[in-house]
Amino acid sequence: MISLTSYAFVSMILFSIGVIGVIARRNIFVIYMSIELMLNGINLFLITFARYHFNMDPQIITVMVISIAAAEAAIFLSVIILLFRSKKSLDTDIFTTLTQGERS
Amino acid sequence: MMDTSLLVWIILAPLLGAILNGGIYFYHVKRKPVSELVFSIIGTGTPLIAFLITLSLFLQMVDGDITFKQTVFTWLSLDTLNIAMGFLGDNLAIFMAMFVTFVGWLIHIYAIGYMTGDAGFGKFFAYFNLFLASMLILVLADNPIILFIGWEGVGVCSYLLIAFYYTDKDNVIAGNKAFIANRVGDFGFLLGLITLFFALGEVDLSFTSLEANISNASPSLLALSGFLLFVGAMGKSAQIPLYVWLPDAMAGPTPISALIHAATMVTAGVYMVARFHFLYSGIEGIGTFIAYIGAFSALLAAVIATRQQDIKKILAYSTMSQLGYMFIAVGLGFYSSGLFHVFTHAFFKAMLFMGAGGMIIALHHEQNIFKMAQHRVQLPIIGITFLIGVIAISGIPPFSGFFSKDAILAAAFQEGQYLIWAIGMFTAFLTAFYMFRMYFILFVAPNKHAAHYVYTSKTITFPLFILAIGAVGAGFLNLPAIFGGHHLVDTWLAQTNSTHIHMSHLTEYILMALSIIVAVAGIVVAYKKYANFDVYKPEDEKGIIANKFYVDEFYDLVFVQASKKVSTFIDRVLDTKIIDGFIMAICNEFITFGKKVATLQNANVRFYAAFMLIGMSCVFVYLYISLGL
Repeated sequence: MISLTSYAFVSMILFSIGVIGVIARRNIFVIYMSIELMLNGINLFLITFARYHFNMDPQIITVMVISIAAAEAAIFLSVIILLFRSKKSLDTDIFTTLTQGERS
Repeated sequence: MMDTSLLVWIILAPLLGAILNGGIYFYHVKRKPVSELVFSIIGTGTPLIAFLITLSLFLQMVDGDITFKQTVFTWLSLDTLNIAMGFLGDNLAIFMAMFVTFVGWLIHIYAIGYMTGDAGFGKFFAYFNLFLASMLILVLADNPIILFIGWEGVGVCSYLLIAFYYTDKDNVIAGNKAFIANRVGDFGFLLGLITLFFALGEVDLSFTSLEANISNASPSLLALSGFLLFVGAMGKSAQIPLYVWLPDAMAGPTPISALIHAATMVTAGVYMVARFHFLYSGIEGIGTFIAYIGAFSALLAAVIATRQQDIKKILAYSTMSQLGYMFIAVGLGFYSSGLFHVFTHAFFKAMLFMGAGGMIIALHHEQNIFKMAQHRVQLPIIGITFLIGVIAISGIPPFSGFFSKDAILAAAFQEGQYLIWAIGMFTAFLTAFYMFRMYFILFVAPNKHAAHYVYTSKTITFPLFILAIGAVGAGFLNLPAIFGGHHLVDTWLAQTNSTHIHMSHLTEYILMALSIIVAVAGIVVAYKKYANFDVYKPEDEKGIIANKFYVDEFYDLVFVQASKKVSTFIDRVLDTKIIDGFIMAICNEFITFGKKVATLQNANVRFYAAFMLIGMSCVFVYLYISLGL
């Protein structure tokens, strides 16, 4: 029997990898994937507790998160295409047109 | 008390004249030229109307013992305090208004001849009428607030008229100087009024009720108020230390000088002290202070006048000197004697200025007496009237100046103020000396060519005639009892509770003889020195007296340069370096800090994400700790 802690631990690792991916990586696709990873880490957490408590509510939320993530993916990919068209690059550090201070 | 609706028309007549002349002058400038005759008729007609109304009121007062009073409207109505636009025609005010309007009218007539052909003819008469109206407001005011309106009005008009030829920078400076020196005095006057307010509490502010309530006030506040009001008089009446503007005021056209010196403006200070006689006679010591200021002003001006070369400046200093006499009189409580000297002085000083103006015109605006003597022309009428004026001011009987000046000197003697008396005597000697110095140089000292006759306009000679009669005869109005006179002026001004001269006839005769002797001595010295003076070798302008004791330079150093230095210091150091520096230091700190904060807003998505993470972590840590989860 795998303990509850292990499930929670895996989901936390997944989430943390996602967070570090968003912060540390510059490629916009990797950032997108990291976001998905964070979502899935949360999903795993929810499902774990659904099973543990025999409660269906977290599963409903998880299904909803997956469906919204699918819709979000559609928007995200189209935005990435537009961004790529404007700068010919996928490096997020180039997209700094909304800066307030001196351009770095 | 008798209500009348005529009183205000004494003021309104010249005021309307000013407005009409001003309006027509605008039309004259903007649309099409208007004849000088129109301005002349309005300009001289309105003072005449004012004079005739004053005369009619005066005649009514002679018939019955009445005081006129008129409240035109309530100007300010605060809770318990009502300030009425009210005018008071008591003996004092009507006495003053009589000769102000009369001499003023004559000067207006004279101005027609003097100013003819001037581009600003209409403007000049508009200002002139306004000047007279302001003076009449001052004279006829029923309460000190209205008096202050007139007080300021004459200040403004003197500024406008002294700087009349505003294209010349010197004239503008002279106008500013007059205005600023008066400003200092006016500030004192205003403070004096405020102090009087506090001293008396809430009473009706008219002079009659002030007089009735004066005994309720605290003496120390009244003394302060009296002193501050006198500071105003120092400014207006050109006494030490605020006299510096008067000689410079000669920059204006000569009729202005005549009007300022004879009928309006400078006599305001004396009149004010007489108006507040109830205040001044109640305060210990201030009267003596005023008398001493007057005496030293008289002496200082007379000494300076002995070495001046500009004819108008000599006359200006003589006015200051005579004003000093008037302040001796009012300071010692001899209000009627002081006002009587104002009255006689108005005649002979107006005449002297008019004569000087006539000569200046005939000699194409030459004002240096030595140069005027070099190009001497024959001006018979001006010559004779000028001589009359010079004799009158020197104090030779039976000319008017003798009686009024002698009364003041006798007053100083009677009060036991022997120092003031001695100064007055010495000043009388100097007066005779410098006036005859001027006369001998102008008319007697030999020059190399035969003088030719120059025609003088009738409008210039006519007022001279009338004033000459006044200068000769005005003294008889207040003839002392020892000559069988009835003290008409003293009786008329009985309301001021003046002190009168009561001394043995022998003392009075001796004093008179002394003052005649010093006057004659002055004339003799002047004759010895200047009757055969070589006008081609004028006196040099060196020495402390010719340089007016360096008072102007001293004031310049102490007040003008010092305030310039302070201003420069504030501008260059205090403002730019310290205050601006301090504020800019704060600003710069904010700017640097702002720039640093702005780097957070760098539009870097990853950076934002990290920020969000930190923020959320903090929130969770907080929740964990505070909620004890």
